[in-house]
Amino acid sequence: MSKLYMAKANAILDRELKKGSAELLILSLLESRPRHGYEISQQIEQRSAGTLKFNVASLYPLLYRLEKRGWISGQWVEKAGQRRRRYYKLTPAGKTMLKEHRRTWAEFVTAMQRITGVSHA
Amino acid sequence: MPDFQRIVRGRLGRANLEPTRESEIVDELSQHLRDRYESQLSSGMNETEAERAIIAELDSRDLAAELRDIEGRWKEPVALGSNQRPEFWPALWQDLRYAVRKLRLDPVFTTVCVLSLALGIGANTAIFQLIDAVRMRTLPVPHPQDLAVIRPSNLSTTGRQTGRYGYLTNAIWERIRARQRGFSDVFAFGNQSFNLATRGEVRNAQGLWVSGEMFDVLGIQPVLGRVFHASDDHPGCGAPGAVISYRFWQTEFSGDAGAIGKSVSLEGHSFPVLGVTPASFHGVDVGHSFDVATLICSEPVIAGEDSIYSMPHGWWLAVMGRLQPGWTLEIATAQLDSISPGIMAETLPPVYQAEARKQYLQKKLAAYPGSTGLSNLRREYESPLWLLLAVTGLVLLIACANLANLMLVRASAREKEIAVRIALGAARGRILRQLFTESLLIALLGAALGTLLARMLSSFLVRYLSGEGDVRHIFVGLVMDWRVLGFTAALAILTCVLVGLAPAIKATGTAPARVMSLAARGMTATRERFGLRRILVVAQVALSLVLVVSALLFSGSLRKLLTLDAGFQREGVLIMDIDFTRLTIPPAQRAIFRQTVVERVRALPEVEAAAETDAVPLGGSYWNDQVVVNGEVNKALVDMGHITPGYFKTIGTPLLAGREFNQHDTAASQKVAVVNQEFARKILGTENPVGRTFKIQVYQGQPQHEYEIVGLMANAKYYDLRQEFDPVAFYPQTQDDRPDNYGQIIVRAGGSLEPVVGALRRTMAEMNPDITINFRSLDEEIRNGLLKERLLAMLSGFFGLLAAVLAAVGLYGVMAYMVARRTNEIGIRMALGAAPSQMLAMVLGEAGRLLCIGVVAGIILALSVGRWAASLLFALKPYDPAIMGMACVGLAIVAVLASTVPARRAAKLQPMVALREE
Repeated sequence: MSKLYMAKANAILDRELKKGSAELLILSLLESRPRHGYEISQQIEQRSAGTLKFNVASLYPLLYRLEKRGWISGQWVEKAGQRRRRYYKLTPAGKTMLKEHRRTWAEFVTAMQRITGVSHA
Repeated sequence: MPDFQRIVRGRLGRANLEPTRESEIVDELSQHLRDRYESQLSSGMNETEAERAIIAELDSRDLAAELRDIEGRWKEPVALGSNQRPEFWPALWQDLRYAVRKLRLDPVFTTVCVLSLALGIGANTAIFQLIDAVRMRTLPVPHPQDLAVIRPSNLSTTGRQTGRYGYLTNAIWERIRARQRGFSDVFAFGNQSFNLATRGEVRNAQGLWVSGEMFDVLGIQPVLGRVFHASDDHPGCGAPGAVISYRFWQTEFSGDAGAIGKSVSLEGHSFPVLGVTPASFHGVDVGHSFDVATLICSEPVIAGEDSIYSMPHGWWLAVMGRLQPGWTLEIATAQLDSISPGIMAETLPPVYQAEARKQYLQKKLAAYPGSTGLSNLRREYESPLWLLLAVTGLVLLIACANLANLMLVRASAREKEIAVRIALGAARGRILRQLFTESLLIALLGAALGTLLARMLSSFLVRYLSGEGDVRHIFVGLVMDWRVLGFTAALAILTCVLVGLAPAIKATGTAPARVMSLAARGMTATRERFGLRRILVVAQVALSLVLVVSALLFSGSLRKLLTLDAGFQREGVLIMDIDFTRLTIPPAQRAIFRQTVVERVRALPEVEAAAETDAVPLGGSYWNDQVVVNGEVNKALVDMGHITPGYFKTIGTPLLAGREFNQHDTAASQKVAVVNQEFARKILGTENPVGRTFKIQVYQGQPQHEYEIVGLMANAKYYDLRQEFDPVAFYPQTQDDRPDNYGQIIVRAGGSLEPVVGALRRTMAEMNPDITINFRSLDEEIRNGLLKERLLAMLSGFFGLLAAVLAAVGLYGVMAYMVARRTNEIGIRMALGAAPSQMLAMVLGEAGRLLCIGVVAGIILALSVGRWAASLLFALKPYDPAIMGMACVGLAIVAVLASTVPARRAAKLQPMVALREE
């Protein structure tokens, strides 16, 4: 019974954490260069060693929301020999928001550390 | 590979996204799924498993709902040419915005259209406003439809008549009040001017005699103080007070509330101000207002020995009343008819001779509609106003024809645009509606501007009608009531339809493919379209001819009146009215007094000649009588007057035989007379009447003297310039049995009148400042008498000119268009050897053809409508050939001028350039 409860609690925690941090993830991934949607989901999965996964149904609504807010902008690009893809890049507003999100996240982590004693290498 | 596009599209169906966006999202997501699928395959899954896994991912959330939240529900925009019915108001708004944009792109076109329409609509509205005010509008009192006028059916009278509506005597009025049954209440009124000044130069106020109950019957509440009531009105009431108009209160008392209790001086008698009437009330005489109202019973106080109050043959009152509920005019007339014989018998003036008695006793009272009040202005100006409305209507039609031509050109130019839209699926009705909106917008702008112009024009007309020197005191209340507004709106819609519809239908009627192929060549006009333009120009020419003819007729009429030989010299003659009532000179000495004044005036260096008379030519005040020759009464009425020696020299009427009056013609000597040629011819049947005698058909009980004719004067107009000469007889002032307290000194000045006026003022003040004086110029009096003709001449002249200009513009437009259209053809002709002069002749010939057809149509039109104007003309027939000829020549000149520019352009065309033109 406790294993099931743990799994459920993990799932909830997972969702909540993801919600708050998803924007930060995408914004920071786009900081270095423009990427298309599939690349973004791959990068997230790889760099998090499989912990964080965004499938098609959860990634794109997020991308469109960010686009609507004007933090990222999408553009169709056709490279030689490839199908056309939609690449996203950070807007100036997006860069500002990224800085803000990072600061907030850092404060949150520091606070958690103080209380729980968890630290990272 | 599964069809991911189909799969994703299926998931997004419910989202109801905008199609383009949906396509994008489908592309993007299906691309992602493809990549994922390949990645799954390469990690070892088989196809079926991979597909299942991916679809599970896709369905892990409600994608459709989320995307709908983010992207928003798609609203289908209104597309031109779509089969869907768009909502009405957004579509109209879009049409309007599009129309505004289109019109702003072509400011010259828009300005020309709006201005021509504004002129046309403005002129029509102004005239209609006047007609409305004078003819149609009911009195601004409660329940005007109940009002009726009571008067004799036959208005001719014998005796003394004053005021504009001297229909009844006081005696008759009192009996009507007592015996009528058909009216819940009746009142009487009359008009006169009152001199407000106590000495020196006259200052006239417009006076209104009223019976006590008038204000109550009309439902007029005072804004200050009180009005009269029936109890105030009884014989011998003296001078209880005066009720003043709002305007008079503002100008004379500065709108001060303390005016009540202050007095006004009426002909030297003091009347306390009792109250002020509302600003909207101007009496029941449409075309005039009043300043001071006072009771009928106060008349003896003001008039003194000249009082008409108790005179049985003094006609000075009019009567109106409110019909009883259920009573009609016919029933009321029947009742009045039944009491008439009794009333006339009781009030018969004892001084009447047999014929006058008969006429009097036969008078029958009747009831006439009174909701629009009484108006002699209406009588005088109704025909001219309707005629002017017809004229302005024609001008508007011509302007519309011009506009229609302009619209046709514009429509041709936009054919390509319209064809493309139709090809793309636009509904013809939709495009029609949009074109219509453009012309509606122009029409509305024209109407709005026209309303402003109308206001200015009608104010100007009213001021003009008031005449110079404020003599006629015409007042017309101009109001923008629903009738006028409705009229203007109807005009706007009509012009919109006339001007916009035909071109719009034409423009959308041609098949798009045809249009586009023609449009590529730049010439999209069809023969049929050009035919319509030709017809419009011909119509313009025809209508312009009618207007030019009318302008020439009225101007000609006026010119004839102004230059006709009236039998006296009108330039440089001044009339000084004198009133010496306050000097209380006994009757026997009045003639001597007047002579003294004349001698003092003659002595002035500025004065060439002077005389005194009570019959100034065209002055409007004289009397007439029948004469008795050899014991027989002659039916003809003879105008009569008293003059002093020097009259003929002063007025410039030649004495043809015999002598004029001199110092030997006294009160005691033989009664003498000087008569005119018409008297001699009509009454005596001779050319030289000197030595003949006649008697005057006097009242009963008056001495009937025998007059010996001592002189013959030339015919002169005394009553009306337009009428034929009347028989006239003059007598010496010294032989007047009942001399008046007033007279008219006529003065011929050496130069301008101004210095004479100054000298006279000084002289009269020296003689006695209690003599009231008033100055009039004879020339001015005559000009005022010709006001109607001057108005018609001025307005018809202006509109005739405007019409000619509009027709010229229309003709120019068509000719220019024709040349442009046939440039190719002209080039070919010239290349084949045609001379430029031949091209010139071709264009002018075309213009000439249009002109001829237009002129012929115009002549036919002018002849058929001409008879309506006949009564307004003087010494001219409506079909006067000289005038018709002049109008044709005038229009021909205009037409030639208008077509010269395009004709020369055609002649100057270089063949190579012309041929290259597509």
